[in-house]
Parts: sequence; C-alpha cells; structure tokens
Amino acid sequence: MIDPIFLLEAAVNGVLLSGVLALLALGLNLIFGVVDIVWIAYVDLVMVCMYLVYFLVMVYGWPLWLASIASVALGALLGLGVHLLIITPILGSAPVNQLLATGGLLFFLQSFVTFLWTTDHRTVRLVLPVLEVGGMFLSFARLIAFAISLVAMLGLWVFLRRTYIGTAIRAVSQDREAMALMGASPQRVYCVTSAVGGAMAGLAAALLIIQYSVHPFFGAAFGPLTFMICVLGGLGNMVGAFVASVVMAEIIQIAGVIWSTEMGYVIAFVVFIVMMFVRPGGILGTRA
Amino acid sequence: MLELRRVTAGYGHFTALWDVTLRVETGEAVAVVGPNGAGKTTLMRVISGLVAARTGELVFEGDSLVGRKAHEIVSHGIAHVPEGRRIFPGLTVADNLRMGAFQPSARRVFAESLARVHALFPILAERQTQRAGSLSGGEQQMLAIGRALMSRPKLILLDEPSMGLAPVMVLRLFDLIRRVRAEGYTILVVEQNVRQVLKLVDRAYLLEVGRIRMEGRAAELAEQDFVRKAYVGL
Repeated sequence: MIDPIFLLEAAVNGVLLSGVLALLALGLNLIFGVVDIVWIAYVDLVMVCMYLVYFLVMVYGWPLWLASIASVALGALLGLGVHLLIITPILGSAPVNQLLATGGLLFFLQSFVTFLWTTDHRTVRLVLPVLEVGGMFLSFARLIAFAISLVAMLGLWVFLRRTYIGTAIRAVSQDREAMALMGASPQRVYCVTSAVGGAMAGLAAALLIIQYSVHPFFGAAFGPLTFMICVLGGLGNMVGAFVASVVMAEIIQIAGVIWSTEMGYVIAFVVFIVMMFVRPGGILGTRA
Repeated sequence: MLELRRVTAGYGHFTALWDVTLRVETGEAVAVVGPNGAGKTTLMRVISGLVAARTGELVFEGDSLVGRKAHEIVSHGIAHVPEGRRIFPGLTVADNLRMGAFQPSARRVFAESLARVHALFPILAERQTQRAGSLSGGEQQMLAIGRALMSRPKLILLDEPSMGLAPVMVLRLFDLIRRVRAEGYTILVVEQNVRQVLKLVDRAYLLEVGRIRMEGRAAELAEQDFVRKAYVGL
C-alpha cells in the first residue's frame, strides 16, 4: 500500500503540471478557434524557444527572467512567421493540406535542431529549493511555473474580454465573414492571434526549461498530450481545455506514483480514447 | 450614390447575376424583390465585397469598388446586414455593438453612435449584458441593424430582414426600418415579403434568374398585374 502522503504529493504535482499544459492547450486552441487550423508543430515551436532560453542563460549568462522575455518575443515572431510563410499561402486549400504543412514544419524543426545542436539533452541548471509542506516535497520551480501560467491565462482572458482586438478575435471565431463586414481585415486578426498563440508557446518554453531538459524530440512527449487536452476539452473551448489539462495531469502524476510514469501516459491515452467514445464533443461539450 | 453597371458575378462555374444595372440615389430607399434563387443575396454580397464581380462597374460616391475586399468597403460607408442576421451569438449585445464600430473612424464617435442606436432600439440598451444568441429573432434583427449603424454608414444593405420572424414582428420591424430611414440613411433592401417592402421603398427592381426584369416606382410596380399575381398575392 502506498503512503497516502505520496498520493497527495502526486495530486498537488498534477495540479502544478496542469498549469503549463493548460497554457499550451489554450495557445493551440486560440489559433484553432480563429484560423481553423491545428498547428501540429506547436509544441516544436516551444522546443525552439526552450533552446533559446538555454543558450541565453547557460552560454551568454543572461538572467533567467530576461531570457524568458526573449523567449516570449521569439515565440510571437515564430507564430507570426508560421502564419505568414506557411498558413497564408494555403489558407484557401483543403484542411488536410494545412495539417500536412504544419506537420512538415514539425519534421523540419526536429531535424534542423538535431543538425544544429545534436540530440543531447540540455538543462538549465537552476538551484531552486524544494519546499517541504506537511511531509510533501514540492518543487519550487513547478510552483513558480504554475503561478506564472495562471497569471498568463488571466492575462489572456482579460485580453480577449476587454480589448477591442481581443473581442474581435472571439467574434472571428464565431463568424469570420460577419467580422469582415464590420471592417476587420481577417488577415490582421489572424496575424495577431498567431502572434499571441506563439507568445504563449514562448512563455511555456521558459516555464518548461526550468523543469525539464530540452532535446530535439521534446515535442514528441508534450505534443500529443497537448492535442489530447485540446480535443478532450472540446476544440476551441477555452474552459474545457483548462479542465482537461487538470484531468490529464492528475492521471499522469497519480498513476505515475502508483505504477510508473510510462503507465501514467498509457492510462491517460486510454482514458482519452474512452472519453472520445463517451463524450466526442469534449468534457464540457454537449453529447453528440 | 451607388451605381452598378452590367455586373456579372457568381460562384465557380455558376453565374448568379447577369448584366445587372442598378442605381441608388442619396436618401432613397430601394428594394430588390424576386423569387428564391434569383440572385438577390449575391447582389448584396457583390456590393459589400464578399463576392467579387467578374465583369462590370461598381461605383459608390464616385469611387470604384471593383476589386475591394469587404473590410475595405465598410470604410467607404456601406454597411451590410447579411441574410440570417449573422450576429455574434457568444458575444454580449454590448460587444456586438462594439464590433460594429471596429473601424478607427467609427470608434472615435462610438459613444454618440451608441446613444443613437439605443434611442432607435431601446431593447438593446436593456439587454446590453445578455448573450446575443439568447435574444429573440426580432431582437437579433434589431441588433444586426444596430450593429451596422455603429459603423456610421451612408448606405445600408438589408438582406431579408423579415426572414424567420413572426407576422406581428415583421410589421414592427418594417416600422423600425422606416424610422432608420427617417434618420437620413439610404437603404437598399432585399425582401421576399414583397407587399410590405413595396410600402416602405420609393423604387424597386424585380430580379429573376439573375437578371433585372422590371424597374420602377414602388407604387407602380405594385400595380403591375404580373407582380401582383406572382409576389403580392392579391
């Protein structure tokens, strides 16, 4: 029998992990909701930004906070670049072509990064304390990552609710033609959305590099998980994505303590498949 | 104010409008009537830039609109209230109206525009914080018209405003459109409710299978045997 304190620790870790996962899922969801394209290579943009933070901190000696800001900026630029260079030329073509194009970007990024920096795992060595709370050991890095994720999500919420362009982004996701009739250039809204989604990938990168090492195939671990969370929450559904990220993180963490991390992923995927049969519209979606 | 000369337009291999010539003078209310599938909606979409004209001229206040995108045409002073209303259902009534004033020039006079829209449609002021999707059909149509007025247009295109409304609501809506007209807006309206719309407008065009078949003063057109039998139902 496992000591209940370990299960509690796993549960708390699950909540902490869900913060960054939710940030990724919301970024992907935002772009999908507006541009109607799933960026298969989204988490690989995160991987590129993680390398940026790694090199800035470990090689050039930048403070982590400054490198994080640079990562957010690079993420926004990459998001804009993906939209202008890859999505815009094929915006009118069949959805499967758009999916394949971002899939191609995934392989390009993986290979190019491998070519540049080999497959070595690289870590930002941070000396951060481990907190002991009531017998549980909690990583300070995870706590910070969770707190910043929450603030960023709150910021996204305020942006989408309170600003003119944010409201226009929501309006476009409901009826893009009607928003053109209001005088909003669809391309401009797409660019802003892609840049914001990319910036969220950049922020997630800064929060992930203090917990995990980066390597060219980082996206292979977090990419499928992010898609699962988006689909489980209902594509385009922001609240659903948040709930789904908590559910998935809890399954992975708790099953990880009881059996192993690998088993945690297996169970998470099984739960995902079962949920797709039971609630194909997502956790909060209406029953089909 | 608006002039279409020999406009042909369509989708893919299908041609929905053939050689359509039409004009709207400042301050006028003009209707385009005709059966389902005559090309009425395509005509509206060509004017607002959602569908590109294949050939022909499209001139608004001396500027050619050929080749302009929908979001550019709004800034010329044309607001399109599309078929089926197309409000943003998940946004509040207030946010829908905010989006109507998306262009910078409209945003500068937002407060004044909002006061005017609220004066015309007091129900929109009452329902400000409500989700637009939860409004009744008639209220949604008012919101769609109010949202169009927020862009400070000179010409308003109304596509089937009475579609899907209860008969009582249809009469109220036509009264409201009369009030919008009285505010000095020029109106081009497409309607299947021919009897009501001919009472509202000065002139009308009859569109059939993509071609203008008749044109004239609304009262005269309503007297034509052909129109009476086919559309007015008398």
